[in-house]
Amino acid sequence: MSAAADTAAPKSVAAFLKVSPDGAHYLAGSKCGKCGEVVVGTRDVCGKCGARKEMAHIKLANTGKLYNFTVVHRNFPGVPVPFISAIVDLDGGGTLKGNLLDVEPDPAKIKFDMPVKVVFRDAGRKDKEGNSYLAYFFVPANKA
Amino acid sequence: MSDVYVVGTDMIKFGRFPERTVPSLGAEVALMALDDCGLTMQDVQALYCGNLGEAGSGVGQRILQLIGQTGIPVVNCANACATGATAFREGYVAVKANMYDVVLCVGVEQMGRGLLGGGGAAGVETEGLIGSATMPAVFAHVGMEHARKYGTTFEQFAKVSVKNHHHSTFNPKAMYQIETPLEVVMSSEMISYPNTKLMCSVNVDGAAAAIIASESAAKRLGLMKRAVRIRASALTSDPYSPRNLVMPDFNGATQLAAKTAYEQAGLGPHDVQLVELHDCFATAEIVHYENLGLCGAGEGGRLIDEGATTLGGRIPVNMSGGLLSKGHPIGATGIANLYEVTTQLRGEAGKRQVEGARIGLTHVVGMGSSCAVHLLEKV
Repeated sequence: MSAAADTAAPKSVAAFLKVSPDGAHYLAGSKCGKCGEVVVGTRDVCGKCGARKEMAHIKLANTGKLYNFTVVHRNFPGVPVPFISAIVDLDGGGTLKGNLLDVEPDPAKIKFDMPVKVVFRDAGRKDKEGNSYLAYFFVPANKA
Repeated sequence: MSDVYVVGTDMIKFGRFPERTVPSLGAEVALMALDDCGLTMQDVQALYCGNLGEAGSGVGQRILQLIGQTGIPVVNCANACATGATAFREGYVAVKANMYDVVLCVGVEQMGRGLLGGGGAAGVETEGLIGSATMPAVFAHVGMEHARKYGTTFEQFAKVSVKNHHHSTFNPKAMYQIETPLEVVMSSEMISYPNTKLMCSVNVDGAAAAIIASESAAKRLGLMKRAVRIRASALTSDPYSPRNLVMPDFNGATQLAAKTAYEQAGLGPHDVQLVELHDCFATAEIVHYENLGLCGAGEGGRLIDEGATTLGGRIPVNMSGGLLSKGHPIGATGIANLYEVTTQLRGEAGKRQVEGARIGLTHVVGMGSSCAVHLLEKV
């Protein structure tokens, strides 16, 4: 690992997770001025209605509800299991997939529509060059 | 426009053939399909070849090097798990447009073992960090959406695997011919809830081929007796839906393809007597019952509980054993489904024959996403 990698600001695990030097991390989204659709990520054309020059680039909410999940027990070598792969509808629009933390990975104990909060933490893993990454995770709203 | 027919078809027994090559498997099945209808490469005017793993390497041309380089046009198709059906459809479209009389469609794949999807991106490994993109997890999410809406249970999904493994015991060309009782399916290794290992399709090597002919060619060549009419061919991409960017919308793509195919044929789901659908995971089969109109929304769980989709039931599904037990060699799967329905409509399916079948439906989906639906009719 190089010294430069040690001191550099962390990279982002996804293009829509914006990492600011001052720590004000946020999820970037786009809202169509014509049809009102909100999506995760920065888009110039609306995927729903096809409108051009109508997409406003916005910050998405850090709260939402659990739409869907699966408990993953088998994965590639080196990936810690089990974990919960969760799909969350963000309040105000946009849907995001991520790991749900601080909940027992037991389907019987995971509730559809439970309120969750998006938290930003170190990814806990590095790339081959030794770079650190900032990741987003979901936690139950009552544990945030 | 006049009708278009499948006049010859075959598949190799699916399995693991690491000593073989992709072109050699494709060449073998191409000759088998030609022999099925007594034609030669000199009769074939174009080749449509479906393969994903070696898509950049001219698989169709390498097949012709092994069975006859007649100089015909070759179209190599790659469309994820809809690759084989896409190659077939391209051949159909060309004959329907009167560009050619007789074309050969080949789907072929050699697969590794283990998980598909997820991993491998540049930068940091995101698998298991921001959710899972492995195929078992993606299709677990598909099933869990159905569970969320309709209360579908782990046991109901598992029954799909019991059924398709049962059907495969009647199919000598399936990878496996092994009964898997419910308790065995449910207690096998949990991969991604609710999909256990026996609820995941088998990665196998395989090849399937079909020869498509115009009506005039089929009559001129004396092939109408075993010909099967292609009543509809629909290919879709996934129409926009709000969660599409994180949950590939196989439902929307399938619903649109089914609607398009039924409209093309002037038929409805009640006219269909058997279905080969894309059971890449047990969770997928139940949602596609509804997407294809075999039952109403939310009734998929009941359909499997009642045995309606088992051999002898109201609408038998995946008589071949499906991807779950016959195996899923990606580029070959779509044409293998068409082989099964053609064989059934010809009345040549042996112990797994659906009696009196006149109309059959084939369906595959591809990650990304796409869907192909074909309707075939006994002549």
